[in-house]
Amino acid sequence: MRLHLLALLAKEPAHGYELKQALEQIFGNAYPSPNIGQIYVTLGRLEKDGLIRSVDVEQSNRPNKKVYYCTAEGREALDEWADSPTEGPRVRDEFFMKLVLAPLTGIADRTVLINRQRRHYLAIMRDLVELAQQTDQDNRPAQLLIEGAMLHLQADLDWLERCQEDLA
Amino acid sequence: MTTATGPSALHTVNLVKIYQTGGLPVHAVRGIDLLVEPGEFVAIMGPSGSGKSTLVHMLGGLDTRTSGEIWVDGKRADTLNESAWAILRRQKIGFVFQFFNLVDNMTVADNVELPALLGGAPAKHARERRQYLLGELGLTDKADAAPAQLSGGEQQRVALARALANQPQVLLADEPTGNLDSRNTRDVLRLIGEVHRQGQTIVMVTHDARVAGLADRVVTLLDGQIVDDGLMAPVRRRPKSGAGDVVELHG
Ligand SMILES: Nc1ncnc2c1ncn2[C@@H]1O[C@H](COP(=O)(O)OP(=O)(O)O)[C@@H](O)[C@H]1O
Ligand SMILES: [Mg+2]
Repeated sequence: MRLHLLALLAKEPAHGYELKQALEQIFGNAYPSPNIGQIYVTLGRLEKDGLIRSVDVEQSNRPNKKVYYCTAEGREALDEWADSPTEGPRVRDEFFMKLVLAPLTGIADRTVLINRQRRHYLAIMRDLVELAQQTDQDNRPAQLLIEGAMLHLQADLDWLERCQEDLA
Repeated sequence: MTTATGPSALHTVNLVKIYQTGGLPVHAVRGIDLLVEPGEFVAIMGPSGSGKSTLVHMLGGLDTRTSGEIWVDGKRADTLNESAWAILRRQKIGFVFQFFNLVDNMTVADNVELPALLGGAPAKHARERRQYLLGELGLTDKADAAPAQLSGGEQQRVALARALANQPQVLLADEPTGNLDSRNTRDVLRLIGEVHRQGQTIVMVTHDARVAGLADRVVTLLDGQIVDDGLMAPVRRRPKSGAGDVVELHG
């Protein structure tokens, strides 16, 4: 969630509750909405790491609120996030966050993100094809595992194509 | 279009196709510049309706361009008439259609040998080449069958064998694995990989990431235009390993 919040802050300074609302608004029910406590914990860590800072803003008849903003270091972290292909078990989710959020901040272009991700998927697929060729044909569990990974990857690519049609 | 080492295999300049059938004109291909070097394997990807088939059909002279230029092996081709295209195809281009186009009243073996014979190959060569290709594609025992007796996937493999029979300078293919199950796709992948290693130039429309992953370069179309054109990283040589890596890839 760190980088999602950071991306939102790079778009515009906000306080914790506004970030929660922004995530809910952008992703609707598709985003497992974080509780406000998690958000403040994450903001605290981001601040400690120097990626964001906060200022106290006075409010008329309520206690001061803390408004966070992104630092130059934070920008750098975002650039790196946007520029690297997405790894990990929840490839689609993480990439989709990047696809939706990164362009909001002006740090990345959707077509560029999609193109880079496609190349990355194809490179993984190439490795899988090679792996399948190197793996004993009679090792059914191994072959099926590879085939499963290929099918997942094919689905990721088909979905990427849909993103390109509808978003880019 | 030539380079220091010789002519490009294929080259298009601002290639445009507008279909005008009845109502509104359809801009299927909107200004494509594509340069394919000899020996290169280019995969064409993109959503349905993005102009992939139209593009490769024009490259093979099977559809006329609206404007722009097509160069095949250093010679201007978009200005050729139908019979000149037919000769060019016979000499230089193998084509695998999305929908096979096999000759129904000829055996599988004759379908595959025909292009080589038309191209002037000695009968013995044509036969050996046919036997090799059908063998690689697991179709040896179908040689005497009629195309209508084969499944869709088998017909598709025969179409690939036919396109490669004449060892064409350029192989153009429109979704040649669309009807194949995993096992058959594996045979086709192996054959494509092999002919490519032997220097075959390939331009292949595909949705199949396994096929595209073999390519040197992937061109992506959207709405009749190129939105990405990138070299694939060369295949990483990795030590013989098991499926453990796959688990890692997907967490
Ligand atoms: N013969 C035709 N007449 C009219 N429109 C066509 C014809 N062939 C293709 N089109 C249109 O041109 C566009 C590109 O089609 P096509 O090249 O078949 O795309 P793809 O192969 O990427 O799915 C589509 O909008 C399609 O409807
Ligand atoms: Mg098509």
